[in-house]
Amino acid sequence: MAESVVTEHPEGDATRRDFIHIAAGAAAAGAGVMVVWPLVNSMNPAADTLALSTVEFDTSKVAEGMQIVITWQGKPVFVRNRTPAELQRVIADNNASDLKEPQTDQERTKEGHEPMLVVIGSCTHLGCIPTFGSGDFGGWFCPCHGSHYDASGRIRKGPAPKNLVVPEYEFTAGSTIRIG
Amino acid sequence: MSGHESTYVPKTGIEKWLDTRLPIVRFGADYLSLPTPKNLNYWYTFGGILTLCLVVQIASGIFLAMNYTPNTALAFASVERIMRDVNGGWLIRYVHANGASMFFIAVYIHMLRGLYYGSYKAPREMIWILGCVIFFLMIATAFLGYVLPWGQMSYWGAEVITNLIGAIPVVGEPVLIWLRGGPAIDNATLNRFFSLHYLLPFVIFGVVVLHLWALHTAGQNNPVGILIPKEREAKDTIPFHPYYTVKDGFAVILFLMLFAVFVFFMPNALGHADNYIPANPLQTPAHIVPEWYMLPFYAILRAIPDKFGGVVAMFGAIGVLFILPWLDTSKVRSMRYRPTMKVFFLIFVAVGLILGWCGAQLPDAPVVPGMPSFTLIDGKLNSYLWLTRLATLYYFAFFFVIMPFVGLKETPLKIPASISEPVLSGPAVMSGAVPADAEKKG
Repeated sequence: MAESVVTEHPEGDATRRDFIHIAAGAAAAGAGVMVVWPLVNSMNPAADTLALSTVEFDTSKVAEGMQIVITWQGKPVFVRNRTPAELQRVIADNNASDLKEPQTDQERTKEGHEPMLVVIGSCTHLGCIPTFGSGDFGGWFCPCHGSHYDASGRIRKGPAPKNLVVPEYEFTAGSTIRIG
Repeated sequence: MSGHESTYVPKTGIEKWLDTRLPIVRFGADYLSLPTPKNLNYWYTFGGILTLCLVVQIASGIFLAMNYTPNTALAFASVERIMRDVNGGWLIRYVHANGASMFFIAVYIHMLRGLYYGSYKAPREMIWILGCVIFFLMIATAFLGYVLPWGQMSYWGAEVITNLIGAIPVVGEPVLIWLRGGPAIDNATLNRFFSLHYLLPFVIFGVVVLHLWALHTAGQNNPVGILIPKEREAKDTIPFHPYYTVKDGFAVILFLMLFAVFVFFMPNALGHADNYIPANPLQTPAHIVPEWYMLPFYAILRAIPDKFGGVVAMFGAIGVLFILPWLDTSKVRSMRYRPTMKVFFLIFVAVGLILGWCGAQLPDAPVVPGMPSFTLIDGKLNSYLWLTRLATLYYFAFFFVIMPFVGLKETPLKIPASISEPVLSGPAVMSGAVPADAEKKG
């Protein structure tokens, strides 16, 4: 079988050698990715960072018309107890034409707890904290770049592209919520 | 220059031994004897000043790092300890902080110099592109460094700038979390920012070496903007040393005097008072502003009423510099001989300053207080928002419309045949001048 050790292609190409080159190249590329991946992955959130993922809060502390700011995952969360007038206004605006990300107020609150709005208090434009009760829609206003949110946290005017984010949360017992 | 013959003759035994193994002394000697156009003016001294700036930043930064703690709970206090307790720490920190501003003053003058004299044109495109890479790395490094003291502006600057990444469609959010190392700016972010802030200056140093390599391969431009013919090289060039080492040395001393005025008499004039308040993730400063040298780009970001659009415009404002050599259609390099383009250039400089001014103002504030205004699209016409938009329009028009168009349409002045001619004969006598097309043979 000695003659089969070096098999010449009709054009004179050593196909086995080509195979070895390609296989070695592929192995080197694969090894390169395997080396880089742990490095890239090390920059993802660490386990202890991810562990700080839930927080509990009793919403009965929030008086009508008031807002409380709590921290969750290093970010501010607004808990706002809206007045009947505010609630009426945001529901009337459910189908307003200037909604950039159309959502009804019901989709943003929990059934049976309609006045209580829970949103991440970080402007969806560049992350500033919007000011409470100001702006053209009586919700929040981000003074940095002029984004106006209504009392449902929906973006109505300005550069922000999205509504204030409603985090995952649920009412666990009565008025207590667990975020995350 | 590329054709420059080495004239170095090793004299001592050590030099001879070294020259056949690592000709590093020869490299330095050749650099100093480099034939340099003899008409370089003081705008050309900023290259040397920038080298000094980089050395000052790296040296002062290394010593600051010895006393700095990259931890969210300790960073602010460690910086205050440097200011109060570390021997001479206040000096090193003020030199480092104001040094960044000095670096940017020098780099902007250096870039405008290159723009005015057409230093980006063939055969010097690589010098220009590498310079743009350095500029981009400088911006990144300065931003990362500004975050480290973990004051209010540090924290919120990091929040705003990293949020730009979130504007990228689809992958924005996961990439943002990956960059920050968590759901919000936190200890992981501070740690990696410190690591990268220490790394990037050495990367800049590497690119500076490439920048100079390209410069010495293609040869230096000069205020007249013409190539020096081989046969005139002896007449039109002088050795870099002592002529330009002395000239640069004098400019460096003047520059250091300005630097010293800031460090010793107004060390916080270019900073923001809010950065002396420890970072508070639950409270935004009344007005988030970047350092002065980023204001024009920040203004462009705010001018666009769309998050992703604003990010694209801001990076585009820096990115357009990279393709500049191919946007300019003129065959004449120096704007000394381009009367029309010179006017547009001066407006461009003014627009850059206006953008910087706008970036420091609240977007809705009126430019002329008390003047009645009307609403145009989504903002009052008499507001910094609209002034910024008009300036942004000119910024991009300068590169994409004015440069290609004026280059084709304008009639340049007659360019001299040699760089000595304008000096020796004066502007009135241009008998030996050749038309602009002669530049082609370069």
